[in-house]
Amino acid sequence: MSVRHALRAATILATLALASMPASAQTIRYANQGVLNSLDPYTLNESTTHGHLSNVYDALIARDKDLKIIPALAESWETPEPTRWRFHLRKGVKFHNGDPFTADDVVFSATRVRAKGSNLQAYIAADTKVVKVDDYTVDFILSSPNPILHALWHNWFIMDKKWAEANNVVEPTPVAATTPSYASLNTNGTGAFTVESHQPGVKTVFKVNPNWWQKPQHNIKEIIFTPIASDATRVAALLSGEVDVIEPVPTQDIARVDSSPNAQVLKAPEIRTIFLGMDQARDELLYSNVKGKNPFKDVRVREAFFRAIDVELIKTRVMRGLSTPSTLMISPLLYKLSGDFTRPKYDPDAAKKLLTEAGYPDGFEVTMDCPNDRYVNDAAICQAVVGMLARIGVKVNLLAQPKAQYFAKVLKPGGYQTSFYLLGWTPGTSDAHNVLDQIMGCRDDPKVPRGEANLSGYCNKKVDELAAKILVEPDTTKRDLMIKEAFDIALKDFGYIPLHQQNLAWGVSKKVKLVQRADNEIMFYWATMD
Amino acid sequence: MTDAAVPRPAEASTKASRGTGWLRRALDSDIFYSFSRSRMTMIAAVITALFFLLAIFASVLAVQNPFDPAQLQLMNSRISPLWTADGQSPFLLGTDEQGRDVLSAILYGLRISLTVGVLGMLFAGTLGITLGLIAGYVGGAVDSVIMRIADVQLTFPAILIALMVNGIAKSILGNKLDPMSMLTVLVLAIGLSSWVQYARTVRGSVMVEKSKDYVAAAQLIGLPAPKIMLRHVLPNAMGPVLVIATINLALAILTEATLSFLGAGMPETMPSLGTLIRIGNNYLFAGEWWIVAFPGIALAGLILSINLLGDWLRDALNPKLR
Amino acid sequence: MLAFTLRRALQAIGVMIAVGIIAFSMFRFAGDPVNQIVGIDTPAAEREQVRKSLGLDDPVPVQFVRYFANAVQFKFGISYQFRQPVASLLMERMPATLELATVATILAMVFGILMGVYTALRRETLLAKTFQAVSLIGISLPTFLIGILLIYLFAVTLGWLPSFGRGEVVKIGWWSTGLLTVSGLKAIIMPAITLGLFQMTLIMRLVRAEMLEVLRTDYIRFARARGLTTRAIHFGHALKNTLVPVITVAGLQFGSVIAFAIITETVFQWPGMGLMFVQAVQSVDIPIMAAYLLMVSLIFVTINLVVDILYTIVDPRLRSTVSRAH
Repeated sequence: MSVRHALRAATILATLALASMPASAQTIRYANQGVLNSLDPYTLNESTTHGHLSNVYDALIARDKDLKIIPALAESWETPEPTRWRFHLRKGVKFHNGDPFTADDVVFSATRVRAKGSNLQAYIAADTKVVKVDDYTVDFILSSPNPILHALWHNWFIMDKKWAEANNVVEPTPVAATTPSYASLNTNGTGAFTVESHQPGVKTVFKVNPNWWQKPQHNIKEIIFTPIASDATRVAALLSGEVDVIEPVPTQDIARVDSSPNAQVLKAPEIRTIFLGMDQARDELLYSNVKGKNPFKDVRVREAFFRAIDVELIKTRVMRGLSTPSTLMISPLLYKLSGDFTRPKYDPDAAKKLLTEAGYPDGFEVTMDCPNDRYVNDAAICQAVVGMLARIGVKVNLLAQPKAQYFAKVLKPGGYQTSFYLLGWTPGTSDAHNVLDQIMGCRDDPKVPRGEANLSGYCNKKVDELAAKILVEPDTTKRDLMIKEAFDIALKDFGYIPLHQQNLAWGVSKKVKLVQRADNEIMFYWATMD
Repeated sequence: MTDAAVPRPAEASTKASRGTGWLRRALDSDIFYSFSRSRMTMIAAVITALFFLLAIFASVLAVQNPFDPAQLQLMNSRISPLWTADGQSPFLLGTDEQGRDVLSAILYGLRISLTVGVLGMLFAGTLGITLGLIAGYVGGAVDSVIMRIADVQLTFPAILIALMVNGIAKSILGNKLDPMSMLTVLVLAIGLSSWVQYARTVRGSVMVEKSKDYVAAAQLIGLPAPKIMLRHVLPNAMGPVLVIATINLALAILTEATLSFLGAGMPETMPSLGTLIRIGNNYLFAGEWWIVAFPGIALAGLILSINLLGDWLRDALNPKLR
Repeated sequence: MLAFTLRRALQAIGVMIAVGIIAFSMFRFAGDPVNQIVGIDTPAAEREQVRKSLGLDDPVPVQFVRYFANAVQFKFGISYQFRQPVASLLMERMPATLELATVATILAMVFGILMGVYTALRRETLLAKTFQAVSLIGISLPTFLIGILLIYLFAVTLGWLPSFGRGEVVKIGWWSTGLLTVSGLKAIIMPAITLGLFQMTLIMRLVRAEMLEVLRTDYIRFARARGLTTRAIHFGHALKNTLVPVITVAGLQFGSVIAFAIITETVFQWPGMGLMFVQAVQSVDIPIMAAYLLMVSLIFVTINLVVDILYTIVDPRLRSTVSRAH
């Protein structure tokens, strides 16, 4: 911008100020704790990023307000045989640059999402063949049946083949690239909004797409997104009316926001489950004073831990009532029969007795790994857990770290370096199988991608067998009963200690109406503003 | 400001009266005179001493050990101070999110903050004085090397050096960071970021003293160099060093608080005053003001009185201002 | 003089090499960068390939030389988080930090000098004592707490000033400035006060001490004897004499201000280099961390060099002492 432009901008600004108009009627200003790192939809498999980009890109399917799968770029689909899925594409859809959307783009996106540098490779199996039947029909040919093939696909955004080729972004940014990727700063989707400008970590401006293929339910002209990492500052910005939407509102500030005249907090249980895990794989714990054996291999020790933790107290005190204590490793929203289970009772005396029986009358020492910037009040929950375990004689050394260091240590690439940890899990497929497979599946066979997020190495062959059957079982009633059986086994094993589902907390100006979806993705194409 | 070149009457008199008891000498000194004249300084000294005593006797005074998770009751979290409507005994200043008694946390946090501050100051002082003595006394190439390192270091703000040392230590120690080694790292980081001022001051004084007759005499009777430096040269440089030390102590405590805000301070299970303030910060908007206010007041009071002492010391030791 | 300048310049280069080694060793120590780059479920073979393509297989000295050669050309690599060249990210963020630091320094100097002069001339008045007390409180509270308190008061309660960001910015070439718009000016007030408070106290105390000292010197006594007005003595002679050290200190402290901006920027979500540095530390984005250190030390070293040289030009006495010291 030249000086003349600058002066003009200043004049316009001054005029605006004089006219004392509202900044502009349908501009929504939104602040999130996290940064929008890259606009390339395949570089980061993370819900905030997906949420942002779903306003710009569309996928073959979408999820409605209750997370049910609905058609999007695919109008309909069928499975002529269990290993063949046929998608019929929507006609007349155009990318933001005017390119028509066709089967070629779907085939291209399927290749790109599995290419090197993609963080979403798990979305389509490597051996799945994607075949263009005609311009508006695509077949996915699988090597084995998968009734929930498309469960993750609301976040697999379709990119424009021609645009990608023209801008040299046919693959997600290669790791060792020395030049920036065009796609990480620019977008070309089919979605409700276009990206007008993007300054990584500073500000991103979205503009409405007048040619969107859907009839808009929103009345938003512009979205201005700013990351605000500091909790206090983010809340202050909402209270003072400088932004219209913030995510998240820290638990302790919810009452303050609700009592303010111009904003309120939208709350709902999230589908993520927060739980504790105990290393049951190693013969000797990495971080403990017990040598030569692993106390967590003893079910009595695990039960003692389970019973020593008072989830209700965590709910009332740490979470200020904004959590739903959980018996299962999955949210009741995602599994119908959750109500059939009862949580083993909090009982510190019984816990103490169990520890004595297991041969630890004086308890033992163990280090707990905990993130301190990932989940709602994560470090505070961990501290509370430390206190509760101290009361049964277990001395827990808490190592609370920022998520980057925490994940680097405890996840698979770091070699599962943990003895006792807190983690949250959202089944990406919104289905119990994902939990049984990823969190509870034995990680004994390196060739099978099972139990990738099973940091504790919990393993029960019966759960694996059931999970394998559940995957291919088409009958929902039978399927649900099998899931119940599997969860029952895991619960009796005290393999994990589920704590709760935390609440979503969006701070929203009273001028704005939003739909709060349980996966915490904010969809501005459902937003309206007075 | 640190004009050690001017011979001072106070020094001459102290030297003359060497041999009488130190207490007598102290009471006779101009420094004590100026001290007893300034009410502000007296108050500051009392408060500083009080803070040290509180820290030393924290375990006796506190109603709980806030570092022992077994003593924290989540049931007792977020109780407001005793004099407010919802106050509960024995939590005089209320409790925080984890059920930690704020007063006990302040006492124990004070202990951590003062430990980090004092050790950091001592470390910086020892390093700085030693290097300054060597540089000034030996001179030549050694002097050049030490002072060039000092120059390099001086170009960097303390907070950045502390952050870097902290980062490197953390990555070397990796995940074996328990609270005690964290404390050591903080002391190292703070110490390494603030030794230069001592070194420069001491070197300057030494260069002046070195040319004086008594040093030449000591050399003549064959006293070894370290002895000359420690017994004769150093005492004459102690005035300015004391001033630097007080200011350094206050800064070290603040630096720890700042590092804590950046996530590089003491862990939440063993909080210093700075960590308490960082945690309490989050509850300010929620109206739970006591969680941040009291640690904040404690920290401000401590730093303020140390700074006042430093101010007075500087004026008292500067003959021109008398 | 030329020799002195040359020596100082060589020294500055030495400093930069030292910082370069530190920055580089961060690459080596701060964990395996490959972990930060690839996804969770990347197979070992692919990790190995990434490692190779990044040159992490070469001997350490080779890596260092390559890193340094690139750094000299302002090539700091690609940020792990943003997948953007670090150099352009830094350039984008630099104006915000420099503007904040400059405004904070100017505020600190103006108020520091005014308050310092007042407290020196009217030592016993209530206002002077208040100034001194307030300024001490300013350096007795952690910056971040002061920032939050300001936000609470002026943004939330009174609604006068914005709580975050830079407001509207205007681009002049590659430089973005918030100083030409109303919202930009409003946005800089609180961060600049928070950042400048410490320096203001420092300058106030320095001016007071220097003034007191100068007022005692013989030539002021002579000036009095000559019958000059008090005003002329105070401002014409005394203040003028104190200004040289004050400006020097303020100049040398500029580096410190930039470093402390890390905290202020975090509190006010000020989109500068410091905020980016903090975010980089949190997500172990080593290229950004290393580049920030190099950039900031380059700024420090340059300021020091300029101050040193100016000083010898202004004050010839120093020239002899400096050369003697070597």
